[in-house]
Amino acid sequence: MTDTRLVAMANQIAQFFASQPDASASEGTAEHLRLFWNPVMLRDLYDQLDKDPREANPIVIGAVQQLRKVSIRS
Amino acid sequence: MGLIGEIDFGTPLKSDTQLITLEIDGVPVSVPQGTSVMAAAMTMGTSIPKLCATDMLEPFGSCRLCLVEIEGRKGTPASCTTPAEAGMKVTTQNSRLSKLRRGVMELYISDHPLDCLTCAANGDCELQDMAGAVGLRDVRYGYDGKNHLGQEKDDSNPYFSFDPSKCIVCSRCVRACEEVQGTFALTIDGRGFASSVSPGGGAFFDSECVSCGACVQACPTATLIEKSVVEIGQPEHSVVTTCAYCGVGCSFKAEMRGSEVVRMVPYKDGKANEGHSCVKGRFAWGYATHKDRITKPMIRAKITDLWQEVSWEEAIGHAASEFKRLQNQYGPSAIGAITSSRCTNEETFLMQKLVRAGFGNNNVDTCARVCHSPTGYGLKNAFGTSAGTQDFKSIEQTDVILVIGANPTDGHPVFASRMKRRLRQGAKLIVADPRRIDLVRSAHVEASYHLPLLPGTNVALINAISHVIVTEGLIDEAFVRERCEWQDFEAWARFIALDHHAPEATAEITGVEASDMRAAARLFATAKNAAIYYGLGVTEHSQGSTMVMAMANLAMATGNIGRIGVGVNPLRGQNNVQGACDMGSFPHEFSGYRHVSDDATRAIFESLWGVKLASEPGLRIPNMLDEAVIGRFKGLYIQGEDIAQSDPNTQHVTAGLEAMECVIVQDLFLNETARYAHVFLPGSSFLEKDGTFTNAERRINRVRRVMSPLAGKADWEVTVALSNALGYPMHYTHPAEIMAEIACTTPTFANVSYAMLDERGSIQWPCNDAAPQGTPIMHVDHFVRGLGKFMITEFIPTEERTGPRFPLILTTGRILSQYNVGAQTRRTENSRWHEEDVLEIHPFDAENRGIVTGDFVALASRSGEISLRAEVCERVQPGVVYTTFHHAETGANVVTTEYSDWATNCPEYKVTAVQVRRSNGPSDWQIRDAEDGIAQRRIAGTMTKAAE
Repeated sequence: MTDTRLVAMANQIAQFFASQPDASASEGTAEHLRLFWNPVMLRDLYDQLDKDPREANPIVIGAVQQLRKVSIRS
Repeated sequence: MGLIGEIDFGTPLKSDTQLITLEIDGVPVSVPQGTSVMAAAMTMGTSIPKLCATDMLEPFGSCRLCLVEIEGRKGTPASCTTPAEAGMKVTTQNSRLSKLRRGVMELYISDHPLDCLTCAANGDCELQDMAGAVGLRDVRYGYDGKNHLGQEKDDSNPYFSFDPSKCIVCSRCVRACEEVQGTFALTIDGRGFASSVSPGGGAFFDSECVSCGACVQACPTATLIEKSVVEIGQPEHSVVTTCAYCGVGCSFKAEMRGSEVVRMVPYKDGKANEGHSCVKGRFAWGYATHKDRITKPMIRAKITDLWQEVSWEEAIGHAASEFKRLQNQYGPSAIGAITSSRCTNEETFLMQKLVRAGFGNNNVDTCARVCHSPTGYGLKNAFGTSAGTQDFKSIEQTDVILVIGANPTDGHPVFASRMKRRLRQGAKLIVADPRRIDLVRSAHVEASYHLPLLPGTNVALINAISHVIVTEGLIDEAFVRERCEWQDFEAWARFIALDHHAPEATAEITGVEASDMRAAARLFATAKNAAIYYGLGVTEHSQGSTMVMAMANLAMATGNIGRIGVGVNPLRGQNNVQGACDMGSFPHEFSGYRHVSDDATRAIFESLWGVKLASEPGLRIPNMLDEAVIGRFKGLYIQGEDIAQSDPNTQHVTAGLEAMECVIVQDLFLNETARYAHVFLPGSSFLEKDGTFTNAERRINRVRRVMSPLAGKADWEVTVALSNALGYPMHYTHPAEIMAEIACTTPTFANVSYAMLDERGSIQWPCNDAAPQGTPIMHVDHFVRGLGKFMITEFIPTEERTGPRFPLILTTGRILSQYNVGAQTRRTENSRWHEEDVLEIHPFDAENRGIVTGDFVALASRSGEISLRAEVCERVQPGVVYTTFHHAETGANVVTTEYSDWATNCPEYKVTAVQVRRSNGPSDWQIRDAEDGIAQRRIAGTMTKAAE
């Protein structure tokens, strides 16, 4: 998958969770990515954000930071 | 084994709880109030002669054969139209009645061909039976009088013939068309002796008739009869099984002569269809023995090579060896599988087991990915599980029906007939659809409101409706307080009450009149029972999951959930979409919708399957193809699915398939995807295997084998063989054992077994100790998740936008006579109703482009371009064009894009920005595809065989 498409897909998820009241948007996005995205896709997303985070919604960047923390811990 | 006989009570059975007792032929009998004398007699086994009566239809009282005597009453009333009453004393047979009936029969037979021995209905003719029943020995009037003999037969319908010479004008066909099907295509023309059945004055094929077969089934003579019976003869045994077309899941009696299907007759005891059918299930089963069936396994090294026919052992061995090589070379995650909603629960369960336990990854997905995956996500969040909330029967108590993004008369015709019956009884209808579908206005059906929204604006529309309900105080607060998370509700109510959700504010987005949105909202909210029925027009959007949650919000806010007559009901596209999802064929969850990261669930399967299982989600179908294009995903096993035709952005799909080193296709035919395959494993049709399908109402129905698999193996046996060859042994000897494994690992299926299904006919899950009888209606006292959850559903427009290059919106869908990619229906006479995909375009847009009906037009998007014929019509609104995707050579999905639902990756089929212009012929893609298609399907030796 093109890495920019992954960012676009993650942005879509962030847009949904941005409107939800019961959790932070980054937490919601991170949890959704964990539940539904394959680790290969997540790795590609991380790589793309490392290379060029400009197209990413800040919520996505926050979500990825949370996911990375968890994966480092585990 | 013989023919399964179904009792005909003559008039519909009643369900009134109050019983009355009467005496028939001196024997007391108790029946529900409202039961006819005829049906009461039949409950005690007394069959009163009849011709115009049958229990699928309301009584008519025209044939005068069912006369009885009732003590204290004058004359001889017709038992079909006379309600049984308490204390009534009925005589069904004596010399007076016998004489009267013989007289009636004499008149019928005096005007009927005496060709019983050569008549196709010989042995299955009620007129013949009645002649015997009344003891007819002579016809005093002779046969030379004025009669109706020698009239021309109407053979225009491909599946049944109409011979007016044999018609007794009992009107059963006309009434079946009206009462059962709801099409009103037939009528009685003329009066008195000139009365005749007529499909609107012309031939059947040219009429409004939808070929559902209800008239043929109702006909008591050979007037309307299946051509297959004429050709083959009367069946000698039958087996009850389940249709393999749409998600209604109709039960049929496969009536057989030896191993040849003579006809498929809808089964009255089938709870999904109650004896009704559509043109697909009833007649379009000939594909099962079509000459295009591939019945020998085949392999090839490259897709440019000829196919080589090989033994099962060699094909399975080659497939396993290739998959092992790919995993060794590229890693365990380099392969995966796609299951199909056309396959049985057992086959699907095995496929995901093969992937998780045999491949050692979670790269398994199902075609529900591209249709109802948002239903799974949305309903699970709101209610706690992914399932329609009602049984089909529930519609009988619905007062307001909201149909959104579904076209039931074409996609789910048998359920549509039940819906139309309820509408004729007075229920109100709201249709939200960009197109003017048949339900908006057809015979005896008219929607109170048609909300012709622009494709892609569902969420804005439903938010506007909810806004009206919240701001006008139409909430069912008692329900919400008792059944839902109150804090979430309050947050949602504040959100939805914001001005930007008001109909007046959103009218410009949706294209729907604000006053209509308000009126529709009020109608829905104030109904005693309001129900939502929806289809892929909801799910196949970038906000598909959001829309499902928005509908759940609406149902909860108005208290329309958890009882009969209400609910949120996905109309599933294919026969086993519900089952495929239930069986754990999504890459993130096991059967019963349990996430792969859940340690306790994984432990259940690890313990039973004896292997360690992956705890992270696998790749979804679009992800697999993306990964293949970039070279990391190398092998795919596809069972019963044709992604090269059905999935969006065809050129991307085929690029993904071409990039793989081993594609295994298991199917009935060399479909579009098989062109890119290296191993072809012949599949088996639903007639050739045992198993179960689960329909849109969660009803688990048995599929029963009526003929041997043409290729020698049923589909589940092929998966078992592949698994064994891969080194993960499976030891099943019958699908019943697979169901036993499903039951012991899946709480919602805990009590399901073949024995139970054989005993009860069908069962709706959950079926376990908490619900031993199954669950017709879900969320009755509490939601599966406990309290219902309101979700915030902000409207976010799709990124697919119209503009100067692509100013129109394309939306796609189905037509009645064809089914999905058409692999089955195109190989039947159904194609006579729909020989090619056409583009519906509004007169305004057509005139601007100089297009008239029948013109060849180019349809272009940023994904690709195809050509097809135009049909100028007002079914679509200006700015919107529509086509179907049933014909491979059209390639409708060449045009659709990779945009998808935010939560599930379900493709956004329903919104593609396009341009339309006149064209001279096929597009470059179509020309290239046609040439490649021939080359990629060539089988070594077949040219030689043909020459010989």
